[in-house]
Amino acid sequence: MEVKEIIRPENLVYKRTPLLTDAYLSYCPGCGHGTVHRLIMEVVEEMGIQEDTIGIAPVGCSVLAYDFMDIDCSQAAHGRAPAVATGIKRLWPDKYVFTYQGDGDLAAIGTGETIHACNRGENITIFFVNNGIYGMTGGQMAPTTLEGMKSSTSPYGRNNETMGPPYKITELVAQLEGTHYVTRQAVHKPGPVRKAKKAIRKALELQKENKGLSFIEFVSNCNAGWKMTPNDSNIWMEENMFPFYPMGDIKVDGKLVNG
Amino acid sequence: MKELALMKGNEAIAEAAIRAGVDGYFGYPITPQSEVMEYLMLQKPEERTGMVVLQAESEVASINMVYGAAGTGKKVMTSSSSPGISLMQEGISYIAGAELPCLIVNVVRGGPGLGTIQPSQADYFQSTKGGGHGDYRLIVLAPASVQEMADFVDLGFELAFKYRNPALILTDGLIGQMMEKVELSEQKERVSEFDQSWVTTGKTKERERNIITSLNLDPDLQYEHNLKLQAKYKSMDQDVMFEKIECGDADFLLVAYGSSARICQKVVEMARSKGLKVGLLRPQTLFPFPSEEIARMARKVKRMMAVELSAGQMVEDVQLAVNGKVPVTHYGMLGGKIHSPDDVLNEVEDKYIGGY
Repeated sequence: MEVKEIIRPENLVYKRTPLLTDAYLSYCPGCGHGTVHRLIMEVVEEMGIQEDTIGIAPVGCSVLAYDFMDIDCSQAAHGRAPAVATGIKRLWPDKYVFTYQGDGDLAAIGTGETIHACNRGENITIFFVNNGIYGMTGGQMAPTTLEGMKSSTSPYGRNNETMGPPYKITELVAQLEGTHYVTRQAVHKPGPVRKAKKAIRKALELQKENKGLSFIEFVSNCNAGWKMTPNDSNIWMEENMFPFYPMGDIKVDGKLVNG
Repeated sequence: MKELALMKGNEAIAEAAIRAGVDGYFGYPITPQSEVMEYLMLQKPEERTGMVVLQAESEVASINMVYGAAGTGKKVMTSSSSPGISLMQEGISYIAGAELPCLIVNVVRGGPGLGTIQPSQADYFQSTKGGGHGDYRLIVLAPASVQEMADFVDLGFELAFKYRNPALILTDGLIGQMMEKVELSEQKERVSEFDQSWVTTGKTKERERNIITSLNLDPDLQYEHNLKLQAKYKSMDQDVMFEKIECGDADFLLVAYGSSARICQKVVEMARSKGLKVGLLRPQTLFPFPSEEIARMARKVKRMMAVELSAGQMVEDVQLAVNGKVPVTHYGMLGGKIHSPDDVLNEVEDKYIGGY
């Protein structure tokens, strides 16, 4: 059978969502960003809200997210995506507005904007990809880098005493009155991917109800930055990242799950 | 029937913003411009016109809210004073790079650092030469009265949208705080149609997706983008604005903007009563700068003097325009202090007599 025949529409069991563009993903093979992009775009397509959706790209590995998502996008300065999203959503309350940010962007330089957008309960969705490292700039220590974890600026491992410990900004924003739905997900296996997609759908649907901010953390791998093969990085992530950043809902319907 | 009011300069800006049909204001309190947001909040603009007013957590957040909202084609603005404007510079650079229209108001106070809350004109360089990183310019308007504070809001938006470029009203604590009679304009409708060639309001089937960004990883593209920006800044010369007072027979020209120009108006009167042929050129736009007119005046007068509440900033642009044809000096006051008309007149007399 020729390749052309194999890829006939009737033979396809799965395909890329049309809301991802034809541009080659700039992410390293094995990285979770591409999967998160795809899930968000699948949900936007399934909800039929492309015409009403505006995405905010951060500074970091996903700075070019707008190249891959076939929606209107604004590229924010480092850390300022929640402020940019606030500006848009306040003037276009009927639109769906989300930010897509990494750990350095959201939990270090953008902490102020993150906390205050969450606290005001802006009716936006924050997608937060936490891979415990600054990927784009070459693997420096992030606010979420685990204790003892090596990076190019913590070459002997993160020393909590001198460098400060990693922190869980997702648990932190869950404490704020303005957040309505806060959850932590992953996309390294089919099961988690299905759960993550449901969380994305729930978050975007909540924007219609004006109940506040929805915040989804995706714990992800950075095989290049962690200097591991993709598979090893996923195993390492399960064994090391998940115990510190546990999977699951943290706040649902405005109430802390274990509160 | 004209609607007249007695207002502070800061209040006039706020009232004019509502009447100009501005869609959103994002700001953070700082002296001496806090009345802008206070007045807006008091006026319930969400009821008057549907305008959104939001107090942000910082100037950094305010300017990025402006960036996001400006990218949707709506009329948005912020205001602050010197230290706050310094904090906004990164965002302003992004707005200029992404070519978004918006209005920024700087009610300048004395610096550097936390400086003082008294008026100053020491932010001229920052305002007219870019301010943040990269080669970019803002449209800079310099009101010299409460009336112009109001009028320049509308003008600022007109020019900002014409060039898709941020416009800055450069004023100071003196004009911001003083009260004068002001004629208010009629209420304008808020914009309801948006240029779908660039706004991020959601990708429709009729068009490709729009992206607001200042990033071009390819240096060839970034080079082209810079050339386009520079051509745009050059083309702004057609919108240069200035006022000339007693310049017809003047042989000594004062060049001053904003509050200094108000002081110099008095100086011209006093000098004229003493028989000194002193005139005043008052730039209303600092970018574009009235270089051509100043060069023309250099062929008519014997001497020029830039009067500023700074150590000498605009004087450099005057000197560039004059290009050595006549002597150009600077007279200034620093750190939030204001020169009196007598101070300036003394200097005029000294230079006038000393000059020839």
